[in-house]
Amino acid sequence: MSEPVTEPVISLRGVRAELGSRPVLRGIDLTVRRGEVVALLGANGSGKSTAVRSVIGQVPVSAGRIELFGTERRRFRDWARVGYVPQRTTAAGGVPATVAEVVSSGRLSRSRFGVFRRADREAVHRALDLVGMADRARDSVNALSGGQHQRVLIARALVAGPELLIMDEPMAGVDLASQEVLAATLREQVAQGATVLLVLHELGPLEPLIDRAVVLRDGCVLHDGPPPKAVGQHALPGHDHVHPHAPAGAEPVRTGLLS
Amino acid sequence: MEILNYAFMQRALIAAVLVGITAPAVGIYLVQRRQALMGDGIGHVAMTGVGLGFLLSWSPVWMATLVSVLGAVLMELIRWYGRTRGDIALAMLFYGGMAGGVMFINLAPTGSNANLTSYLFGSLSTVSESDVTAIGALAAFVVLVTVGLRRQLFAVSQDEEFARVTGLPVRALNLLTAVTAAVTVTVAMRVVGLLLVSALMVVPVAAAQQLSRSFAATFAIAVAVGVAVTLGGTVTSYYQDVPPGATIVLLTIGAFIVLTALAAPLARRRARAAAAAQPSGDPAECAIPASRGAGDGIGV
Repeated sequence: MSEPVTEPVISLRGVRAELGSRPVLRGIDLTVRRGEVVALLGANGSGKSTAVRSVIGQVPVSAGRIELFGTERRRFRDWARVGYVPQRTTAAGGVPATVAEVVSSGRLSRSRFGVFRRADREAVHRALDLVGMADRARDSVNALSGGQHQRVLIARALVAGPELLIMDEPMAGVDLASQEVLAATLREQVAQGATVLLVLHELGPLEPLIDRAVVLRDGCVLHDGPPPKAVGQHALPGHDHVHPHAPAGAEPVRTGLLS
Repeated sequence: MEILNYAFMQRALIAAVLVGITAPAVGIYLVQRRQALMGDGIGHVAMTGVGLGFLLSWSPVWMATLVSVLGAVLMELIRWYGRTRGDIALAMLFYGGMAGGVMFINLAPTGSNANLTSYLFGSLSTVSESDVTAIGALAAFVVLVTVGLRRQLFAVSQDEEFARVTGLPVRALNLLTAVTAAVTVTVAMRVVGLLLVSALMVVPVAAAQQLSRSFAATFAIAVAVGVAVTLGGTVTSYYQDVPPGATIVLLTIGAFIVLTALAAPLARRRARAAAAAQPSGDPAECAIPASRGAGDGIGV
């Protein structure tokens, strides 16, 4: 490691982004240091997914500065250090693919021209082993449950051996058994020194792992500090599920699995 | 095999095999990206190229290649930048391409609607020596891209957002896919015609999916189906005096139906094997539905 320990792995300064003409991020600051596990919380539409997608360059940023491992995001090339788990809905092709084929594409950041060697195949097997899916390597991903599919996407992010994991709602729509596997996998990665940025709808079973929580509301940072304990982030000021079609003044709807 | 004694049939068979390989090889990535009808759109745009070729007394094949590559790049750019009215822009491109083709070929001194028909529905028996050379060169390019870059194209077509984080040049690969699809359309133009090109890109892939579980197997089966139907259709049209393009497409759909019928018992056997592998099942998966779906689906 060339950087000092305190160097931020992810740094956002005054980042603004619009989708269409609607401002989604209105100048947010976010720093994730090496070895930290940071949860990005907030209601639907608060901009938490947009924030992580701006970090990976999927959302154009209209102002502000984003750095990864101390390098400006546009000039950052060392993508093998970053493992990304998108929201599960984005990852569906129209042609059957096996679990091993999907996980193999995570290895492309290491194998420059897509030439696969033995080490790459072993890495795919190891990553699948980590999430308990090694016996399903030759099955079609279409035959998997939501939770199993999520485990495959996490194996795909881990297969290049990243130092930084970025996960967008890894627990959404995941069954309990898979939630436990995911929490255990993440615990192992954190124990080995991985830095993690998670978008979460609620802390849930990952709560003990999380060092710091950043809560977004309407594209601004509302809270940056220790994760809310006991009653979960539902008790935070401003964190309620406001549904636009619900009558004004109605009880906030709690849709969380474990809340 | 008296069919091989005729030079025109030798050329026809070579062209047919090359199309049988290349069309599904590109088509699989289009199907994976859920752009199955892109080949159809490029086919429409290529008509302007054919018309321009006649008007300027150029080779219609090369002119069609040029115009359809430009059209495919334009479609890809519309996909990036045209968020809301992208479909309208594409529709204008398609129908403008078709109208341009009819207009140019009627303005051309040597052109007539009869010429255009041979490009619309294919004209396998009139494939010339220089056509074979052009088709061969273009097919080599298509195979080089679709096989050589299969891992990169798979990643980009499967999950563009993730592919970006592996550091792949996503935009360049998308453009390359579009260009390769355009080249394939012009390769297939003389064999099945511009209006039926898309069938050979999509239907063999759909047929292969009935049997396969992996991308690699889908690719191999789709190309095998493609070669079988283009060869079969060409030979049939020689003996029965039926139009080869239409014969090939109908055979492809026939292959799809046969493979679908074969797949049903195969799928049942796989389901039984999977059930046997998990004797107790996974109780948590049955007991708890995707419980946060409702809350996540509501935007603010």
